[in-house]
Amino acid sequence: MEDDPLSLVLFSGTDDRLNAAAVLAAGAAALGRPVHIFLQYWALDAFRAHHVDMPHGFAPEAGPEGATKIAALNAAGAASWADTLRAAKEIGEVDIQACTLSMDLLGLEPEQLDPLVDGVEGVTAFYSTAGSGQILFI
Amino acid sequence: MPAVDTSAPQTGAILLDAKGLKCPMPIVRTAQAMKNLASGQLLEVLATDPGAVADFAAWSRSTGNEIVTSSVEGGVYRFILRLK
Repeated sequence: MEDDPLSLVLFSGTDDRLNAAAVLAAGAAALGRPVHIFLQYWALDAFRAHHVDMPHGFAPEAGPEGATKIAALNAAGAASWADTLRAAKEIGEVDIQACTLSMDLLGLEPEQLDPLVDGVEGVTAFYSTAGSGQILFI
Repeated sequence: MPAVDTSAPQTGAILLDAKGLKCPMPIVRTAQAMKNLASGQLLEVLATDPGAVADFAAWSRSTGNEIVTSSVEGGVYRFILRLK
C-alpha cells in the first residue's frame, strides 16, 4: 500500500476544497505513498506566484455559517493548505504539475507559478504517471 | 512549527509537542521529526487531535515504525515511537 501512488486532480480554487486536498496529500505522503497533483482551472489560478497565501473564498455550499466555522478553525491553529502542501513535500514524494490547457486558459507562463508547482504537463503525461493508482477529482 | 525538545529525560526519547495541531499535522510533524532520527531511536509525541490514536496506528502499520507505548491523560495522547 505504501507504494501505491495517489493522484489528485484539483479543479476548484476555494480555500476549503484546496485544504481538503492538501490534507489528503499530506496524509498519503506521511504513509510513504507518492502523491501526484494535477492543477486545472481555478485551482491552478490559486497557485499563481504570491497568491497561495492569499484568501480564495469558500465553496458555495459553505454559506456564511460555514465560512464562520472555517475562520474559527483557522484561528485555532489549523495549517493553511499552502503550508500543509509545503510540509507534505518535506516528508514525502509530492509532485505538483500544472495542466497545459489551463495554463493557456489563464494566460500563464511557468515562471508566474508558485514554487510549490514543479512543472507543466498535459493530460497524457498525467495519466501516464497516475498509472493504475487512485485518482481523486476535487 | 512545534519545537523539538531534545531534553526528555524519562524515556531518552526526543520529544515532539504536537498538542493543538489539527489533522494531519501531528502525523506530518512526526514524519518530519523522524527524518532526523537514526534507526532504533525513540520519539515521544504529545497530541490532542482526537483522531491521533487511529492515525498513529495506521501510520505504524503502513510505515513499519513501531508504537512502543500509547497512553492518554487529561485529553493528551502520548505515543512513544521507535524508528524502524
